[in-house]
Amino acid sequence: MDRIPILKLGPCLIVSIQDDMQDQTALRLQDDLTNRIEQTGAKGVLIDISALDLVDSFVGRMIANISAMAQLLNASTVVVGMRPAVAITLVELGLSLPGVRTALNVERGMALLNASIEAEASNAEHPAE
Amino acid sequence: MPTATVKSLLQKNHAGVLAEWRQDLAGALQTGKGRISEAELAKQTQEFLRLITEAAQHSDIADTETEGWRPLRDFLGEISRTRVLQGFSSAETATFVFSLKKPLFAMLRQAHGKDVDALAEQTWELSALLDQLGLLTIKAFQATREELISRQQAEMLELSTPVVKLWDGVLALPVIGTLDSARTQVMMESLLQRIVDTGSELAIIDITGVPTVDTLVAQHLIRTVTAIRLMGADCIISGVRPQIAQTIVHLGVDLQGITTKSTLAEALQLAMKRLGFVVSRKAV
Repeated sequence: MDRIPILKLGPCLIVSIQDDMQDQTALRLQDDLTNRIEQTGAKGVLIDISALDLVDSFVGRMIANISAMAQLLNASTVVVGMRPAVAITLVELGLSLPGVRTALNVERGMALLNASIEAEASNAEHPAE
Repeated sequence: MPTATVKSLLQKNHAGVLAEWRQDLAGALQTGKGRISEAELAKQTQEFLRLITEAAQHSDIADTETEGWRPLRDFLGEISRTRVLQGFSSAETATFVFSLKKPLFAMLRQAHGKDVDALAEQTWELSALLDQLGLLTIKAFQATREELISRQQAEMLELSTPVVKLWDGVLALPVIGTLDSARTQVMMESLLQRIVDTGSELAIIDITGVPTVDTLVAQHLIRTVTAIRLMGADCIISGVRPQIAQTIVHLGVDLQGITTKSTLAEALQLAMKRLGFVVSRKAV
């Protein structure tokens, strides 16, 4: 069965979805990713869906779920590289993914993650601020 | 002497019918003066009568759908197309065919005289034939018209959604005219594609040119903004006129979470600020 690789880069985990997702693959990713966050103590998750050009409501909800789960495990999530067709489909499906942060490409997504990790770190240092 | 048939009569009286028809047409088509030259009309009448005579010699006169009538059908289609372009109405185009009835019936009366049976029968035959041909012209006329309309519609759709680059990383889409589902779709697609192509982080949708905003239009706007956000860019809506602001509130449409500005200039100002640009004026 297909398995989506999860790469660790500093305090972040990077998931790049290279193929159209089956329901099973999505469920497995959810499993693997939450485990990896727990193991590595990652502070940020970047999901690259620039190669994904087909979504259904299940995959759409899966993305929202993964983001919410990562949040619970104290890692912020950024979804990057969504294609226009995918964005339109999700809107048509009524899935506006509230609470999911997005960025245009991996570079900007990483910048966003690093900024939020730094902000959190400084908050932890000076909790009064 | 055996009764003369329609086809033999057509062949024999070709010149007479043609002359009479042209005379009638000249009277009937007064309105068409200037749009079609006399020489062209003369050529068309001659060609039409020649084709009808020819087809009647070899093919069944009751059925114009057969192969023998193909040249005539093609000819009529061509005439209808040019008439559309010359600005004739459908009635005027059909009159061209129907006006042939009078000279043809006159020809039959002359040929059969007192033979009422033959006269009635052949009048019916010719009448049915010309009706069919008339309908054919109308059909071709309409098809050409519809083709024209759909082409213009497609062009309008293309023209009405220009995405302009205002600044590095800032795109603008001035919307002019009412937003319906089809236009929103095209607008959304071209805007999202440009965002991907240019890597712009901000898009400004300017609705100064949208006459009214009802719940449906607001819905379309919200959908577009949501899609832009999903892609990782942000959106500002500008050009909200006082009247539109009132309508939106009265309708109870929730535009919360969407940044709106009254003018494009203000929206650009906000966009530059967000991207970290500072505009300053040189002292003079």
